[in-house]
Amino acid sequence: MNTQNKNGEVRIGFYICHCGMNIAGVVDCPSVAQYIAKLPGVVVSRDYKYMCSDPGQELIRQDIREHKLNRVVVASCSPSLHEHTFRNAVESGGLNPFYFQMVNIREHDSWVHTDRAQATAKARALARAAISRVRFHRALETTRAPINPDVLVVGGGISGIHAATTMANAGKKVFLVEREPSIGGQMAKFDKTFPTLDCAACILTPKMSAVRSHKNITLWTYSEVVKVEGYVGNYTVTVKRKPRYVNEDLCVGCLECIQACVFKEPKFADEFNMGLSKRKPIYIPFTQAVPPVVVIDPERCLQVRTGKCKKTCLEACADRQAIDFTQKEELVEIKVGNIIIATGFKLFDAKRIPQYGYGLYPNVITAIELERFVTSSGPTGGEIVMRDGHHPKSVGFILCVGSRDMKTNRWCSRTCCMHSMKLAQLVREHTDADVTVFYMDIRAPGKGYEEFYDKSLKEGIQFVRGRVAEVTDWAMAPEEEGKLVIRVEDTLAGFVRRVPVDMIVLATGMEPQADSQEVRRLFNMSCGSEGWFLEKHPKLAPVSTFTDGVFIAGCCQGPKDIPDSIAQAGAAAAEAMALIDKGYIEQEPNTAYIVEADCSGCKSCIPLCPYTAISLDDATQKAKINEALCKGCGTCVAACPSGSIRQNLFEDEEIFSEIEGVLSYV
Amino acid sequence: MMRIERTIKYEGDRVRGFGKEIMSVPGCELLQSCIQCGTCSGTCPLSIYMDFPPRQVMALVRADFKNEVLRSRTVWLCASCYACTVECPRQIRITDIMYALKQRAIQEGVYPKRFPIPVLAKEFFEMVRRHGRISEMLLVARLFLKTNWFAAMGSWRLGLGLITTGRFSVRQEHIRRPAELGAMLAAAGKGNGKAKEMP
Amino acid sequence: MKDALKYSYFPGCSLKGLGRSYEQSLLPVMRRLGVELVELDDWNCCGATAYMSVDEAQACVLAARNLAIAEKTGPRDLVTPCSACYLVLNKTKHNMADFPEINQTVQHALKSADLTYSGKVPVRHPLDVLINDVGLDVIKEKVVRPLKGLKVAPYYGCQIVRPYATFDDAWNPTTMDRLLTTLGAEVVPYPLKTKCCGGSLTGTVPEAGLRLTYILLKEAVRRGADVIATVCPLCQFNLDGYHDQIDRRWGPARIPTVYFTQLMGLAFGMTPEELGLKSNFVSMKPLPAESTTV
Repeated sequence: MNTQNKNGEVRIGFYICHCGMNIAGVVDCPSVAQYIAKLPGVVVSRDYKYMCSDPGQELIRQDIREHKLNRVVVASCSPSLHEHTFRNAVESGGLNPFYFQMVNIREHDSWVHTDRAQATAKARALARAAISRVRFHRALETTRAPINPDVLVVGGGISGIHAATTMANAGKKVFLVEREPSIGGQMAKFDKTFPTLDCAACILTPKMSAVRSHKNITLWTYSEVVKVEGYVGNYTVTVKRKPRYVNEDLCVGCLECIQACVFKEPKFADEFNMGLSKRKPIYIPFTQAVPPVVVIDPERCLQVRTGKCKKTCLEACADRQAIDFTQKEELVEIKVGNIIIATGFKLFDAKRIPQYGYGLYPNVITAIELERFVTSSGPTGGEIVMRDGHHPKSVGFILCVGSRDMKTNRWCSRTCCMHSMKLAQLVREHTDADVTVFYMDIRAPGKGYEEFYDKSLKEGIQFVRGRVAEVTDWAMAPEEEGKLVIRVEDTLAGFVRRVPVDMIVLATGMEPQADSQEVRRLFNMSCGSEGWFLEKHPKLAPVSTFTDGVFIAGCCQGPKDIPDSIAQAGAAAAEAMALIDKGYIEQEPNTAYIVEADCSGCKSCIPLCPYTAISLDDATQKAKINEALCKGCGTCVAACPSGSIRQNLFEDEEIFSEIEGVLSYV
Repeated sequence: MMRIERTIKYEGDRVRGFGKEIMSVPGCELLQSCIQCGTCSGTCPLSIYMDFPPRQVMALVRADFKNEVLRSRTVWLCASCYACTVECPRQIRITDIMYALKQRAIQEGVYPKRFPIPVLAKEFFEMVRRHGRISEMLLVARLFLKTNWFAAMGSWRLGLGLITTGRFSVRQEHIRRPAELGAMLAAAGKGNGKAKEMP
Repeated sequence: MKDALKYSYFPGCSLKGLGRSYEQSLLPVMRRLGVELVELDDWNCCGATAYMSVDEAQACVLAARNLAIAEKTGPRDLVTPCSACYLVLNKTKHNMADFPEINQTVQHALKSADLTYSGKVPVRHPLDVLINDVGLDVIKEKVVRPLKGLKVAPYYGCQIVRPYATFDDAWNPTTMDRLLTTLGAEVVPYPLKTKCCGGSLTGTVPEAGLRLTYILLKEAVRRGADVIATVCPLCQFNLDGYHDQIDRRWGPARIPTVYFTQLMGLAFGMTPEELGLKSNFVSMKPLPAESTTV
């Protein structure tokens, strides 16, 4: 084996890590070190218990200085874990960090094999391959790309709002894009929040206001992201702004146009009130909407659909002239450095469980519908009424609707137990009705939550442990006539019961949004097997994704309550700000480069690049690579017919010598 | 005088391995995932007549309480309507577990001696094994004889009605090749090559 | 098109015994619709619920023999009207496909009679064939005497919708509802349409099993139905044959129960005698006089 290369004599330091018992338990590390020591070019060969520790790294630094090493090889765990650590150690020892090569003998060897002799032989082969390769390494420099300090937050619920205001307060410019005409998300629909029974609107609206008035936040509601290009620090995002036919800057939210609309009576299901009330084609989502601007529904408005309308709304707004039927959809391009996704969840459709009678029996409602009943600003002014207008004398809550069920959603939706107990308490407060909660388990893990459960019990709410089998309206006893009957096994009492109630509330679970697959593709993220956006690590990195610069927060990552959503939003904001404040990202110098002399200008490489990093230089008529865009995927390197594209860190001689290293051992 | 009973279960009351045995019946492994939600008992039309409702039987089986389970009347009151299987949120094949328990109860002879249902099952089994088909009237007659079921006498009107409407037949239906069927059944019976004898 | 409507036919023990009027009405009705049902040669009892209660492996073999004979006969679908047979045959098919141990045992046993099974023959219910293969339009054409004014409670029972809900919804099936509407009858909303009738427990443990039957009858009467239409011979027997006991235990709930094929026959202009309606215990009232031809 040649110990000479064009860089002069190589002096290699080899280190094999025991990794406690992780590697040493299967691989005979000392013997590998002894074997490698005999190879030409190897000046130092050691085995050590924990190479990544301070003393381990110090070994490398010392040896570089004392033995004048110019190459370092460490055989230990996965590069994705510690390549960075060892490169830093090499650098601080005075050597260019790219003279370092790492060998994985843990995930690739000791963790997947049990035969000691064979595992040790494999370790020897892999180490020898690395020794062979590292001779050809050259000094390289990382490049730095600047990070655009602006941030995009997608989703204007509580998580998005909190992330946006946190970053805006730190002086960053934030674009907040929300699909609905108003921010506020699901929380805006709630009456009170558990466990404190704080009024949801009272704690949410100040935050919503802050978003609107913050000079650092550009709020775009009724808008969606349609295209994302670029990479961390340098994203170019195209936002589609849907036409509301109302000029946001001119509308003051007086609502006279709604009064004046040719539709004398509201006719269309009001989405915010879950269809419990109606609205006109021109409407404001809810009174405290932000922005407090009216919106016109293009599918219902006569003028937009047919062009033939008296346009009494225009007349009503004569002095401000805020209504503008000529508005069109707009595509706006923005440049940001980081993106935070906080797109929330959707509720399980209770019609999928026909056993519970939702959609069949009018007095079976969902928990979110009950929220609209109890809210004083809701469609019934805070009165809990049945469809015939009377107050219910008995209410049953059915938990885990759609959740914890292999047939629908396997997961637990985390918030429904608390949510149902809160609603149960509110029902007692508003009506004095008998309330029974039918559950499988009561999950109350948060701060103050167990106490909340106790409060529910103390208030006389009945708890029956049994998953409800069915809801029916056929009576088997006189007291059941005219009521909804719940058939359930009271597992704790030990018998089957038929419980007649006036009204049934279904605690429907959370699900990923319907378009989560499209959204994740748009932002180059993954979804987990259950459909929630995938975090980088479930324990240690819950708000990062595998795409640098894209973070997730709130329920889009998985079901959670408001405190956890806010915590994640703050965490995502912190991660983004950490990148921004650093000011640059370091790019791995594994970029491709063109040997101009060999390039014939055939242009085969240009369309292949997924990052559009290659272009034809007009002057030389040869290919040119933009290093800032190149991600080192290697496609052009492999495709070039004349072999004139090479890749740093993956030169031909490096790869071939690695192969030779493995084979020569065999 | 009120009878005071003492109920406590010791480790010795468990029959270790019984739960595993039932769960090794093809399709019954999911019993491991049972969360005791009670949907099965809630939806079962007959659970209100059972000494241990289905959910409890599942708990007993998993905890290896074989004697309690096989001695209960629950398995015999199962009408195989499959409502539990279809509703179970863990997709446990409860009805199939009931069948497995019925089989073991018959094999070990553990069931109330004159309880009509297991007797009916055994008579059905024998008739099919021998003739390949069932003749309902003959089956019922044999059932009456075996269980000495005097209440049967109360059904004389039903019997008369069947005769007058031409549905009463005492002829034994059978297939043309009962021996062929017998051989096939023997080949399936526990791999010992002999026809499955009735316990 | 004609050739396509030929099926192998598995009657099951009941249809030759207590449930003979099911077959009596099924065959001529199918013939009128151009459907040919060829009875399976030397079929044996499917085993129903009872055989499976004693020995699982043998129960699978019992059912598989019929499937193997059906395969041998030709590439035709196997139609089986009895709910228990339908369930057992489908269950055996699933077990053979899902569990290699069962497959092995059964194939080995079948070999001793020179039979093989490959799982190719689908097992279908007459309702499935009528709605999906024949079509409601064709059925409507054959109606000469619409069942106008007849209020029918459609009762499906358990075993054709659970656990294999292949041709209809398990919680709220509607194939028979649609069929009855096509015949001109008025379908009464019947929430108990898939509740168990008690099965074989009605005779053996009446306080439990028979009460289930009673509940079904009571609700049908309460909903104003004139007749209950059923698909299963055991359900029909339970709903029709125990009224004396029911009267004694809980009170009267008299309403006739017929097979849906008998109602089809009446709509097609056949006589009650031809359809075996005379062998019911509770007779159906004659159809309203004003019956117009289509």
